[in-house]
Amino acid sequence: MSENMHTKSLHTKRWGQEAVEAKGWWLAHKWLVLRRASQLGILAAFLAGPWFGLWLVKGNLNYSLTLNTLPLADPFILLQSLVTGHVPEKLAIIGVAIVVGFYLLVGGRVYCSWVCPVNLVTDAADSLRDRLGIKGGAHVSRHARYWILALTLLLAGITGTLAWELVNPVSMLHRGLIFGIGAAWMVVLAVFVLDLFVMHRGWCGHLCPVGACYGLIGKASPLRVVATKREACNDCMDCFAVCPEPLVIKAPLKDGAKGVGPVILASECTNCGRCIDVCSKDVFSFGSRFNNAASMAGVAQATPK
Amino acid sequence: MDSSKKSALAARRQFLLDSARMAGGVGMLGLGVGLYAKQAKALPPAAIRPPGAGTEQDFLGACIRCGMCVRDCPYNILFLAKPEQPIATGTPYFVSRTGPCEMCEDIPCVKACPTGALDHKLTDIAKSRMGLAVLIDKETCLNFLGLRCDVCYRVCPLIDKAITLELRHNERTGKHTIFEPVVHSDQCTGCGKCEKGCVLEVAAIKVYPVKLAKGELGQHYRIGWEEKQKAGGSLVAPEVEHQYNMPEGMRYEHGKGLSSGPAPTPGAGVDSLQVPNPGRNAAPAGNIPQNIPGGGLSSRMTDDAPR
Repeated sequence: MSENMHTKSLHTKRWGQEAVEAKGWWLAHKWLVLRRASQLGILAAFLAGPWFGLWLVKGNLNYSLTLNTLPLADPFILLQSLVTGHVPEKLAIIGVAIVVGFYLLVGGRVYCSWVCPVNLVTDAADSLRDRLGIKGGAHVSRHARYWILALTLLLAGITGTLAWELVNPVSMLHRGLIFGIGAAWMVVLAVFVLDLFVMHRGWCGHLCPVGACYGLIGKASPLRVVATKREACNDCMDCFAVCPEPLVIKAPLKDGAKGVGPVILASECTNCGRCIDVCSKDVFSFGSRFNNAASMAGVAQATPK
Repeated sequence: MDSSKKSALAARRQFLLDSARMAGGVGMLGLGVGLYAKQAKALPPAAIRPPGAGTEQDFLGACIRCGMCVRDCPYNILFLAKPEQPIATGTPYFVSRTGPCEMCEDIPCVKACPTGALDHKLTDIAKSRMGLAVLIDKETCLNFLGLRCDVCYRVCPLIDKAITLELRHNERTGKHTIFEPVVHSDQCTGCGKCEKGCVLEVAAIKVYPVKLAKGELGQHYRIGWEEKQKAGGSLVAPEVEHQYNMPEGMRYEHGKGLSSGPAPTPGAGVDSLQVPNPGRNAAPAGNIPQNIPGGGLSSRMTDDAPR
């Protein structure tokens, strides 16, 4: 009986529990809370107009005008439009330049974890998946998104229309929340169900071409998560469990002995900062990509083994 | 050596297999989306694009579905299509019967468009071609029934240009006039005010996308009377002039009718290329040149005349 309870408590131990015990709730959730504030705040800014007549931002994530002065445009959709043979007007070009410039600096997939509304859906699916103990599912390469990205551009070229926009859950959800959702909730539900039952981190981590495009934009971004104190790692695996792109962590965290630097350089990393939260040993922190020497301490520690 | 060769072969095999699997899966997805996109190019007749939208094919490549036009429309007539509607998802449209375009002089929807999907070169709203009004049901149109409804004509922002009233005899009563509303495609902007204004339960006049509403002549077709006017004279032999056998002192002229006076001099009449019913396009009947190809009437009486 007591053994049974013990295994049950083991099973229900969730990621970050150790971190809460070691650092307190706030430090174990800081980046998550900030991220949710960013996602919901951006959504609120878009909704203030249609809901309360407070027009801070007009448009949606494809293109928006903030305070009637700042244009912001999505590079992925404008790239598709360009492939169909249409050259946009000045405002859209300025908007794309600002957006691309921003994500070049902070990391392309910051869009995914700090802005995109679908992240709320897939994070919820992942959390529920963990609570329900759902394991396994379809195996699809995480490179599939780049193939799909190429496909969307090919489709734009062949059909001469923005074909992907007909089914794109990202723009459908954001536009739907602001302009009326219609049947788009079913597409969003499909993404939720995919991530819950079919594939772990299926949409954002394997398939979404919007994320793939932003990932490519941020390939050389200076702002990165760094396993600064990787020698303190106690192999609790919480960061792997919570990370939407766990493949990006392994080498910088574990391969110091092979001369791999501590900076998470993979462009798939969304800079969500959840690994920083859930680590009870404070191994991770935000830093710069340029400070990537495999530290002497790490090498010295590893060599005798 | 042999085993490393074998493992290299196996790795290559695995790579080819993985690539084929990916190409197959993504290809299926592409086929589905591509076929859906092809279907989505057909705009339903009731959905009209905002001013400056150009052809549907161009618009669907240029519009990034941001909704800025929707936001800047002061009359809130524009909507973004939802996935369940038979219009490309996220693209703007309006429905004439419920909310026609008010034809703002400064065209804020076009100015708001960041991509030029709504063409910024459009600065005169009267030159926009959102659709084309068609008086589609002459059986229920009150004016066709002989009444003076005239609402479509009165509400038209380009009254007497885009919609005119053409008069003709009411054969049913024998003593009244039918005021037939006629839409002119060279003026109609497709704003939809006529459809909105139509007093019937279901409008007799409707606005359709131009592609659905407008016919098109064959590329090689030439309108005889227009060519004649351009050339300054007939390009073919005139028809045999119609002779009216009138009582002494009476004459009949096409368009003018019966009058008293001497018969018109031969050659001064009108030939068959003249508009049968002089209306807006009526051209003044010019003198027929005598040195026309074919030799004119006299030489056509003989067999050796060139044909």
